[in-house]
Amino acid sequence: MLKRVNAAMGARWIAVCFAALLAAACAQTKPDGLTGNVKPGTGQDFVVNVGDRVFFEEDKSTLNAQGQTTLANQAKWLSRYSQYTITVEGHADERGTRQYNIALGARRAQAARDYLVSQGVSASRIKTISYGKERPVAVCNDNSCWSQNRRAVTVLNNATN
Amino acid sequence: MRGILKAFIGLRGLAASTRLVLFSIAMVFAQSSAQALVEIDITQGNIEPLPIALPSFSSEGGGSKLAADMTSVIAADLKRSGLFNPLDPASFIQKNMSVNSTPRFGDWRQISAQALVTGTVIKQPDGRLRAEFRLWDVFAAEQMLGQQFYTTPENWRRLAHIIADAIYERLTGEKGYFDTRIVFVDETGPKDKRVKRLAIMDQDGANVRYLTRGDDLVLTPRFSPSRQEITYMSYGGADPSVYLLNIETGQREIVGNFPGMTFAPRFSPDGQSVVMSLQQGGNANIFKMDLRSRRTTRLTNTAAIDTSPSYSPDGRQIVFESDRGGTQQLYVMNANGGSAQRISFGPGRYSTPVWSPRGDLIAFTKQHQGRFMIGVMRPDGKGERILTEGYHNEGPAWSPNGRVLVFFRDTPGATGGPQVWTVDLTGYNEQRVDTPAFASDPSWSPLIN
Repeated sequence: MLKRVNAAMGARWIAVCFAALLAAACAQTKPDGLTGNVKPGTGQDFVVNVGDRVFFEEDKSTLNAQGQTTLANQAKWLSRYSQYTITVEGHADERGTRQYNIALGARRAQAARDYLVSQGVSASRIKTISYGKERPVAVCNDNSCWSQNRRAVTVLNNATN
Repeated sequence: MRGILKAFIGLRGLAASTRLVLFSIAMVFAQSSAQALVEIDITQGNIEPLPIALPSFSSEGGGSKLAADMTSVIAADLKRSGLFNPLDPASFIQKNMSVNSTPRFGDWRQISAQALVTGTVIKQPDGRLRAEFRLWDVFAAEQMLGQQFYTTPENWRRLAHIIADAIYERLTGEKGYFDTRIVFVDETGPKDKRVKRLAIMDQDGANVRYLTRGDDLVLTPRFSPSRQEITYMSYGGADPSVYLLNIETGQREIVGNFPGMTFAPRFSPDGQSVVMSLQQGGNANIFKMDLRSRRTTRLTNTAAIDTSPSYSPDGRQIVFESDRGGTQQLYVMNANGGSAQRISFGPGRYSTPVWSPRGDLIAFTKQHQGRFMIGVMRPDGKGERILTEGYHNEGPAWSPNGRVLVFFRDTPGATGGPQVWTVDLTGYNEQRVDTPAFASDPSWSPLIN
């Protein structure tokens, strides 16, 4: 039991680091020259061609139109590649208190999860977790960074690149 | 109580051989009969610190550095409280003080000392230390307090804190808080890949010890009021959960078997239960677990974020934060749950409430117009006072005497990070607690005994 959890965590961390690299290098745009080499159905395909994350307004957990589109595309991709289970990670920016942000991140993860389910992804494939304000991807001191941190990220649990 | 009073101050967490023994020194000098002249009313707003002289303790048996270090620790404790002004030893007229002779009070009046502490540290043939001190009222020319201790040399810092507590208590009428510890989260590494470890230190920042290795994300440690135990949140398991950690044995256990993430734990005042939040979908509700029966009880049931519960010291009520009204506000409910009364009504968001061990106040974090403040209000919500305000102040915790708050202050940007600060109830005395790295989520121990 413990072993399996650790293995899943390992895969997830690879995905998180990869996503963090992308976000740091080029925010939301697709890196040139990468798309062509991406193998369909891989974790990289999911992150680069579908988009693994949606963003939220300050202290809100409502999905905007762009977020709904991203999640709908995620749902389509997940129905094609049904071998994956996913963890939706909810996050908050640093401009809130720790305990509340844990719950706020959970609420955001839940909003993304509910939307994925509404788009046909089986609830049994989805786990949620909240990191509150503990795992920012952008560390500057203005809203351009804080808005990147207010996110729900869909992570493939058993991805290969 | 004339003659010799004997008391044993057990040292939990240390071997029995390091026990510390306290005797009151028989009052060999004129008994204090009249009301002492030196007193501090710490309920006032801005207090002029009391001038106090602490000549370096004398020593016998080759402990002069130890004696000087102990005196420094005592002086530093008193100074940091904001209530005392330890005078510059260069100004002292009477030199080479002996603990066994009456001071030349005129010499001390001349430099405006109102209180004087004399002491000595003697290395015994068996290796133990014997320390004595006397606290003098300079203007009344009387001894106010005299105590004698036996302990092992490695205990010298604790002994200094115990003496500082005795001085504080005698002069203010309030219990001291220097012989205490603070558990906190040590933070290292870049902001987007922070490594967090549980750590514990003396209240003055000395003797830092790490309780976890940094493999798992850990948050919000809180001291047990009755055991050498903390409760905290860890991401080490399948779901992030509330754990207990015995700080003597290192033994760790999960609190309860909840279906989902648990967080924001805090002990009840009797130490027999832990109250915390359980995440249920998009909502967080408050639950209690009895640590003996393992029985869990739901205390709130709302479509909202209910979190940061904290008991009143009599155990009858719980203050918590909830966004049930739209934004984070403070509510008080019966300890068994049921309906809750909102108590915060000012502009902004209120969170992380903590009930004072004295019962008279609730401390909180407040956010308003991009500023983060630490404040206090009475349990009925009246009398709100902001004690400190800035870019980011968060998470107050009370000193065991209910006079000082410890919290963390964060700084912005990629290189920013949290540091531990204290502020007293006047709001005038802010002090940083020196830590080896960034540090957050401080929580004060009860008085060690």
